Amino acid sequence: MIPELGHFSLILALALAVMQSGFSFKGASANQPVLMSIGISAARGQFIFSGLAFLSLAYAFYTSDFSVLYVASNSNVALPLQYKLAAIWGGHEGSMLLWAMTLSLWTMAVTLFSRHLPEQFRARLIGTMGLISVGFLVFILFSSNPFDRLIPAAMDGRSLNPLLQDPGMVFHPPVLYMGYVGFSVAFAFAIAALLGGELNPEWARWTRTWTTVAWIFLTVGIAFGSRWAYYELGWGGWWFWDAVENASFMPWLVGTALIHSLAVTEKRDAFKMWTVLLAIFAFSLSLLGTFLVRSGVLTSVHAFASDPTRGLFILIFLGLVIGGALTLFAIRAPSVGLGGKFGVVSRESFLLSNNVVMVVAAGVVMLGTLYPLFLDALGMGKISVGPPYFNLVFVPVMTPAIFMMGLAIFARWKNAELPALMVRLKWAFLVSVVSALIVPSVMGEWKPMVSFGLLMAFWVIASACVSLLDRFKTNSTSLLNTIIDLPKAYLGMIVAHMGVAVFIIGVTLVNGYGKEQDLRMTPGQSVKVDSFTFEFQGISQDTGPNYMTTKGHFIVTHGNGTPFTLEPEKRSYDQDSMPMTEAAINPGLIRDLYVSLGEPLDQGAWAVRIYIKPFVQWIWAGCLMMAAGGILALLDPRYRRRNKDKQGASL
Amino acid sequence: MKFQLKHLVPLSIFLVLLGFLMVGLKLDPHEVPSPLINKPAPLFEQKLMTDANQTFSVGKMRGQVWLLNVWASWCTACRQEHPLLMKMSQELGIPLVGLDYKDTDTEGLAVLNQFGNPYSTLVADVEGRVGIDYGVYGVPETYLIDKAGIIRYKQIGPITEEVLYSTLIPLIKGLQ
Repeated sequence: MIPELGHFSLILALALAVMQSGFSFKGASANQPVLMSIGISAARGQFIFSGLAFLSLAYAFYTSDFSVLYVASNSNVALPLQYKLAAIWGGHEGSMLLWAMTLSLWTMAVTLFSRHLPEQFRARLIGTMGLISVGFLVFILFSSNPFDRLIPAAMDGRSLNPLLQDPGMVFHPPVLYMGYVGFSVAFAFAIAALLGGELNPEWARWTRTWTTVAWIFLTVGIAFGSRWAYYELGWGGWWFWDAVENASFMPWLVGTALIHSLAVTEKRDAFKMWTVLLAIFAFSLSLLGTFLVRSGVLTSVHAFASDPTRGLFILIFLGLVIGGALTLFAIRAPSVGLGGKFGVVSRESFLLSNNVVMVVAAGVVMLGTLYPLFLDALGMGKISVGPPYFNLVFVPVMTPAIFMMGLAIFARWKNAELPALMVRLKWAFLVSVVSALIVPSVMGEWKPMVSFGLLMAFWVIASACVSLLDRFKTNSTSLLNTIIDLPKAYLGMIVAHMGVAVFIIGVTLVNGYGKEQDLRMTPGQSVKVDSFTFEFQGISQDTGPNYMTTKGHFIVTHGNGTPFTLEPEKRSYDQDSMPMTEAAINPGLIRDLYVSLGEPLDQGAWAVRIYIKPFVQWIWAGCLMMAAGGILALLDPRYRRRNKDKQGASL
Repeated sequence: MKFQLKHLVPLSIFLVLLGFLMVGLKLDPHEVPSPLINKPAPLFEQKLMTDANQTFSVGKMRGQVWLLNVWASWCTACRQEHPLLMKMSQELGIPLVGLDYKDTDTEGLAVLNQFGNPYSTLVADVEGRVGIDYGVYGVPETYLIDKAGIIRYKQIGPITEEVLYSTLIPLIKGLQ
């Protein structure tokens, strides 16, 4: 009964989405307030019924209703509750429903917080989002219905892929989807601006807030995923340049460019065409990501449920949405206009270069990701593109962006003097060069790549510090007051940029000084890696809620410190004979100790992998700092003045 | 300002990309061509699982078209393939050699006792050494080897009815 209600809700949601876009567009073109407000009500109704559909599916999982095919294929009785619920998005149908539901949630939020926007603009915005909803709901209803019945019902379900039975599964997909789907707001904004033939700074400010929120979710979602891969896959890596990882990274890069570009459009009324194009790109890359994951055109660790026929639908949808948007761009872009002029050396020019670099970087990632497909399609053989390509190409591309990050903070809008910039930053430059030269030796061994990576990080930190000091100097009140008085947007920028530096430090040091040993260990044996002694005590068997586990016991001693134990596991889930590796990690501010259990060898020995990962946590800390910077920027009162600004905003 | 050609650039790039993705949908990224195709089948000699006094060797198969099927008792996809193998062993009329890959003899034979044995000859590759020579990476895998001992076709994953009738049987007929 409940699954039928869910199915019915989904059909109603589709009908409402059709109304949402139909009434909004009609209302906007005829300038009929009544029609436009019907569009808004329909959008809210769409959210309610998409939400109901989602809750119905959640209920089916909660009650283990195995007469629903999707539930039977992804959950079973023994599955712990949190994974029963996470299994909602464990397969194709459910993840698509999560997609549609997230989109309706964003639409709902847009209807609530866009009252100050001009009515027609708002209607086009909501109408565009409605069209995207229609596409996804049609897709779900006609090719991926999660409410399909299984008659007769199964006695028990097939269970969730053991790889996915992890707390990461509870958070990573919804957060990531919030980010992916959130870019639809910026996309709808771009379409509305093109349709209306006008784009003004007030709308750019409004869009910037939404883009930043989506970007924060995407940043956190990617960081979650990376952290999860680090402890779950058992090879100690945090990024594999896998096709699906890249699919989330490309919108992130373009989204980052978009946030910066919107800043210019908001403050200086410039970069308009570029901003519109980036907004289209960011969401297009989200859709492309969805296509890559769902169609199985590329090999990936994420391709859990791929199906070429569904791929075709998404591809057609992709063609309509992106092709339509870009056609509109080709026709209407000139009407949006270029905007204000600026000098060769100015904050605008630095931000523009940043934008170009980010887009080039996304292009490089896209080329590497799709290259195997291009060659295969041209009949030129099968190849795979791995980390060596990405590492080789990505670092040089990003280097200028990092360098400019330091400069841009100081550059004035419109026109800045290069010599004056040099003078202000000479100390920052000197400090970062000297520390970059010294620090690697302190770490044990001087390596050019480490020194270079650190130079980039220190440069960002030093220039941010100089900028902060300047603010303090010009302010006569106490230090505390100065910090409180700093504009939140400025503070957010500093924190996010520092986050980039922290991230670079983590990546540089873990690549430069990480230690890795593959060993054959018998119980009782101990081994010294770096300054840590690992004693292998033996193996024990245990059972979890729905798995059997083989636990290894290791005692780690370090100098005079208290010894501690690490217990890596190999878990066999009841219905799957392939064992899952659960690495044991002792995390730390300056290093992680990482032990994972391999295969049993002869005479009671085990293959054991021990890693020492210096500063690896800084990678994720850096990502969280970037997200925190975004949150700080959102707290800036400038973004909450909108109701008072209502009069000024209208044309 | 009026319409300019440069504004068509993003759309054109996208259309090219779309074309590639369209073609990509029809291709299977998991299908890796074996470098062994049209190369001599690696030689090996192994005791029969059913009779330790007899041996099987690739060299002795010269002059016949035959199939080498790599399988294991632990492989679920092999169970799916099993009924089709039973049918093939009756209908094809060529030797079907089974290589029990990284498995124990007892477990391997137990499965065949329960479900039936499609193989004309059955050998074991407990350590996976033969598998390395043949580049086995997904079980089941099936190799079609011609009269001169050259590998003519490799199927990764279970043989399907479609592969059997549209690819394997025509190939076998041509080679005979």
